[in-house]
This record gives sequence, C-alpha cells and structure tokens, in this order.
Amino acid sequence: MAAARPTSPPAARPRSATPDPWAAIMRGFAGVPSDLVPVLQRTQETLGYLSPEALDRIARWLRLSGNEVFGVATFYAQFRFTPPGRHRLRVCLGTACHVKGGVQMLDTVERRLGAGAGETTADGEYDVERVACLGCCALAPVVTLDDDVHGQMSVLKLQELLDAGAPRDAGTGEAERSR
Amino acid sequence: MTSVATSVEEALTRARDPAAYVCDERNREIRICGGSACHSSGRMAVVAAFTEEVARRGLTEAVRVVETGCHGFCEQGPIVTLWPEGTFYPRVKPDDVPQIVEAGVVNGGVYERRLYKDPVTKDRVALEKDIAFYREQGRRVLALNGRIDPYSIDDYLSHGGYRALAKVLSDDEPDDVIGLIADSGLRGRGGAGFSTGAKWRLTRQAPGEIKYVICNADEGDPGAFMDRSVLEGNPHSVVEGLIIAAFAIAAGTAAAEGYIYVRAEYQFAVERLRRALVQARERGLLGEDILGSGFAFDIHISQGAGAFVCGEETALMASIEGRRGMPRTRPPYPAVSGLFGQPTNINNVETYANVPWIVTHGADAFTAEGTARSKGTKIFSLTGKVANGGLVEVPMGTTLRNVIFDIGGGMLPGRTFKAVQLGGPSGGCLPASQLDEPIDYESLVAAGAMMGSGGMVVVDDATCMVDFARFFLQFTAEESCGKCVPCRVGIGQLVSILDAICAGEGELADLDRLERLARIVKASSLCGLGQTAPNPVLSSLAYFRDEFVEHIVAKRCRAVVCRDLVAYRIIPDKCTGCRRCVQVCPTGAITGPRAETHNLDPRKCIKCRSCYEVCSFDAIAGDAIVIESMGEHRG
Repeated sequence: MAAARPTSPPAARPRSATPDPWAAIMRGFAGVPSDLVPVLQRTQETLGYLSPEALDRIARWLRLSGNEVFGVATFYAQFRFTPPGRHRLRVCLGTACHVKGGVQMLDTVERRLGAGAGETTADGEYDVERVACLGCCALAPVVTLDDDVHGQMSVLKLQELLDAGAPRDAGTGEAERSR
Repeated sequence: MTSVATSVEEALTRARDPAAYVCDERNREIRICGGSACHSSGRMAVVAAFTEEVARRGLTEAVRVVETGCHGFCEQGPIVTLWPEGTFYPRVKPDDVPQIVEAGVVNGGVYERRLYKDPVTKDRVALEKDIAFYREQGRRVLALNGRIDPYSIDDYLSHGGYRALAKVLSDDEPDDVIGLIADSGLRGRGGAGFSTGAKWRLTRQAPGEIKYVICNADEGDPGAFMDRSVLEGNPHSVVEGLIIAAFAIAAGTAAAEGYIYVRAEYQFAVERLRRALVQARERGLLGEDILGSGFAFDIHISQGAGAFVCGEETALMASIEGRRGMPRTRPPYPAVSGLFGQPTNINNVETYANVPWIVTHGADAFTAEGTARSKGTKIFSLTGKVANGGLVEVPMGTTLRNVIFDIGGGMLPGRTFKAVQLGGPSGGCLPASQLDEPIDYESLVAAGAMMGSGGMVVVDDATCMVDFARFFLQFTAEESCGKCVPCRVGIGQLVSILDAICAGEGELADLDRLERLARIVKASSLCGLGQTAPNPVLSSLAYFRDEFVEHIVAKRCRAVVCRDLVAYRIIPDKCTGCRRCVQVCPTGAITGPRAETHNLDPRKCIKCRSCYEVCSFDAIAGDAIVIESMGEHRG
C-alpha cells in the first residue's frame, strides 16, 4: 500500500527552477484584467497550486480586487488551492465510462485510498480526481495514474494497480502502459 | 485584380518549403495513428518500433514513417496503415512490427495474421477502404485525417491546403464569400444549427472598429471527441476556415482578430494548434499582410479552465475576457456586441473546417449531400456498447440504423440494442423504433433528441435508463454556473427525484413532478445549458416510462444497475468453494471453508463487485456469483 512508503511533506511539482518563479509567470503578459485566466493557469503550472499569497500577488499586479481573483479562480474546475499530492489518479466518469462501470472504479479508489473525488490522501501520495471525459471512450472504463492510461479496468485490476503503488518519478509524459 | 491574383498565387507557391517532403498517394508510407485513443493504447512504442525497423533495414530514405491524426477507428488502436496500398493493421504491438515491414514493405504483400478480421463475416480484410467501418462513411472534413502529419504545414499545402484562402483573397469580395457560405446551407455544427452564412452577414453588417472571429473548441460533452480529432489531425483546416471567415466578416470595414477557445485538457490539440499557428505566421498565411493581399489577421489560443458552461457563446466570451464564465441574456447577440463589446462571430471547429471545402468545391457540390434543410456531412463520435466505436463522418440524412449497425457493426455479442443517446447532456435517448430516422437537425429534434455537437452513445439492455438519465442531470447540475435559479435549483431537484427512484424510494407522482419541473427549467433558464438540461429525462420518460414505473412499483431495475435494487448471490450448485471470492471480499461478507459452498451475508455486502469479477474470470468453477434484481430468483 501507498501508506507504507516513507512519507515526507507533499511537494509541489514545479516545472521551472528559476530563482524567482514570478519572473517566469509574468513573462509575456500585458498585465491587464483579461490576462487573469491564463495568468492563473501559468501560476498553477509553475507553483503547483494557487496559494493565498499567489492570488493576492496576482490581484495587485492585474489591479483587480482579491475577491474578483478568488471568484474567478474558484469558478473554474482546473484550479486547486492546496498543494498537490505526488501522484495524480484520475477516474473517468464520462458517458462511455459510466455505462461500463466507472462508478465502481471511483468507489474502489475511495475504499482503498480513503480519499474520494477532489481529495488528497492523508499521506500526500495521491490526488484523486473524477473527470468528465478523458477522450479515450473506446477503452472504457478508464483510470489514469499520472500520465499512464489504464483502459478496460475492472475492480480487481484497479486494486492491483493501487496495491502496486505508483512508480517513483512516474509521469514524464512519455511513459505508457496498456493493460 | 489580375495582378493581385497572380501575386497571391505566387505567394502561396512561395509558402511551401521547396525542400519539404512532397505528399503523393503513390509514396511508400507507414502511417501510425497519433490520436488520443491510440496514444492511450500504446502508440509511442509502435512508432519507435517502426522507425527502428525501417532504419535497421536501411529503408529510411525510401519509406516515410509518419504519425498522423486520428484514423477514427478508435476501438482498434493503435492503428497502422501502409501506403500506397492502403493496408490496415489494427491493434498493432511492437512485436508485430518486423513482420509487417517484412511482408508489407519488403515483399509488397500483407502480414495476414495481423489484418483486421470482420466481426460478421470472420474474413480477414486487407484494405482500409474495404472495412465496413470506413466503406459506409463519406469522409469530407476528415479526408486528410490519418493521411497527413498534423505538425507539417507542408503536408497540408501539398494536399491543396490554403488554396481556398488564396482563391478568396485574390478573386472574391467579402460579400461573395458570405453569399457562397449562405448558398451552401452550412449550419452550425456545434449543435444549434444556425445558418453560418447568416451569422457571418450579421457580424459583417454590425458596426464596430474591430471584428472578432472565435472558434469554439470547448468540446465539453462527455463522450464527444469530434472537434478534438479534427484539431489533432488537421489543425490547418480549422485555421484556414477561420482566416476565410475573418476576411468575409471584416475585410474593408474593420480590423479583425481571432481566438481559438480550446479545452486545456486537450493537450495534443493545443500543442498541434500552436505549431500550426507558428508555421502559418512564418509562411505569411497569418499576420500583417496575408499572402501579400493586404489583409491582416492573427489568431490567439485561449485555453479553457474546465467549465462546461463555457461552451455557451456568451460564457465563452466572458471567460476570454478574464471573468467567470457565466452566460448573459441575449440580445444583444455576439454578432452585434460580443467579445470586448465588439461584433463577434463564433462557430465551432467542424463548421470552420467545412469552409475551405465549400470554397474549393462550390456550394452546389456541398448541397449535393444531405437533406432538404441539413446539407453536407456530420461527424459523430460513436461510443458506448457498440461493436466498432470511433469517429464517423456521414452525409446528413443517413439513418441512425446505418451508422450504428452498418458502420458501428451493431451490438456487442449477446446484447440487444436499447437506446442511442444523441447530443450529450443536452440531448436525448431514442429507442429502437426511431432507428430509421434520418440524421438531420429537424428530425432529431422532432424525435426528442438533438444533433448536438455529435456525441452518439449506444446503450444496450445492461444499461438502466433511469440511472442513465440521472447521470446526465448530475453532470449538468454540477456544471450549472449558478447564475439563474431554474437551472441552479431546478436541475438539483430533478436529480434528487431521480436519486429516490433509483434507490427504490420513488412514488408514481414523482413522474409527473419530474415532467412538470423539467418543463419549467427548460422554459425559464437563462442559457442553453439549463434550457436543454432536462432533455435526457424528458426523452427517457417519453420512450422508457415503463422502466421508471418498474423502479417505483416493483422496486426492480431490469438492467441490474441501480445498486439499491440489486443483490449478490452465490449459486450453491456452481460454487466449488475455491475461496477466491473470500480473499477479495473487503468486508468479510463471504465465508466458508475450502471445497464447501460459500455463504454470502447480504447485510455485510457492499456490492463492490470484486467477488463477481473474481468468480467470472479467475475462479475454478466460474459464474457462481450472480448479480440480480431484488425480488426475483430468490433461493
């Protein structure tokens, strides 16, 4: 089980290692209110999530109220306000996955990891997400672990996957596994 | 005029890189599907294997190994086709690669063992064009999908790409272009089916300093991937359509600026679009002076941040402006006051992708396919419980039966057709009696569904229609932006009623409540999301009312889906006591010593399905555990 691993505080997954991430975040933007959504996207990409400090800084930079920035950020499903877990587990509940048993997959995850959709496991290992459609409907039901797509899942296959645990440093974008 | 025409023509010729690969249908090519579904089934390893094998045999010069866009037959991925013959290899594994290259490239034949096997005739079929899935289609917008490298503008150019744009810039007045599109009868492919020509004309006539042209690629319907496939497979066709639209709408009267609003989840599509825009700028097809014509236009990519409602045009524009994606009342329509208060034209991906074809072939050729009021072709993503799922393009007027049974190969073995769901969360379910409906905007609405953007989900007797309707309403309830009360509160109430029915706690009066509330939500919601959200429940009630009644009166779910209405049971005669189910049961509900019939305690059972699966696939006897509706076959 994932819980048996040595745990350390969940770390963000920064993409760039520049000393001041804000220089990279602000590059190329005019700093006008209509930049808000792409600025939030790049901030999350760079820092891993939108912290209160980050939102505050964006508000001052774009000359918007903190309320406005928070209101927009919470409107869109893409944004998160807590540090991400080490691995991203997504359960598809699109139409094709629904009719092929996607709900059972989500239940299995919840039972095994103790974290439901939108939550992070207590050890910071997994973010559990439910998504509306991953676009590989022919492989339904589908679960993805980081960038690996696991198609035609069953309760038992999913349990095996979770018991095996996510490989360290998975999710380079190139890794693939088909079952 | 002649000099402009000549110079545009020359500019287009210059846009091609003379050193680039020249596409020719006689060339030896190995085309590997680079669509998202094939990627998920292991495309990258296959690409690497082919590249290596071709290099090993010293064939790198003679053979082009190319990753294309979606071939459409997603069920069979990863797909590889060999040209010039057009041999089709489904579900290719890296291990098959040496034999495919040996048989196909070196010996000019086929690798028989890996050819597609027709599920009906059981014959091996060698050529892509002979496979029923492709044979019955009429691919027009998707013609180059699976043919060209989506990262290469030269591939698109060598297939006559941007020729339509050059023709428009050199020969046509903007009003001629609008006239042509209007004559073609092209209607919005995003679902509502408004006349594209009329929309362009309204936007052209509206006064404004700048005209915005937006491509709506916020394909949010679960189970729909038409637009993504077009963007991934042939991004330049959409870019070209967008430039032609900008010229028709703005040239000579206002400045023009374009946006493509695409879901952030569509990483491949975004990446390929970015590349396409960079290439188009480099080659003078976007920017200050397009092909030397003096017309200026550029396109930005705006990435959606995960809100289904942003597929609605006014919400989409709010999102680009950096606000919450909430719809507003219309009028004013975007054509008059849209993005940043300026006249704005919004069409969907597939609509723009049709434009270059119409310019090239003319309105008459376009109207040759289709029905009286729906012209041309339509792309569908065919998924669910159908034998051959994938991306399908058919002429308007094709029957649903033709798409599902001829192209899609019908139902999975042992299953019977129950319904087809069209139009995603805004659409409806049609039963077998409607299968001979021709696909066009009006007839689908009359039948209780809608064209929508093209999602087509087939379900069989193992799907519960009450649960299925609830699924769509749960989706829209979550995605409601919360601005207007009927949608925010009404859809949630519809879900509560459906929850009760699925749990066996409904009453017959609930059916009238559902219908009444559904009509209120439809009539009084602000935008398309709320106005169409009740459709799945209304159409299910119209065609499958008996299933609702059965849940309420008999507390029975005939499809054995609704968890509160099913029970797990061990068939004593079949159980050999292998203890596999005992080991997987997470709650200790199953007990019993080895070699004796096991006992399942229904009070402890959480219906997680583990024992059922292990018994079906791994157990010694197999199929000793059944899931059945409550109230039948007891004991």
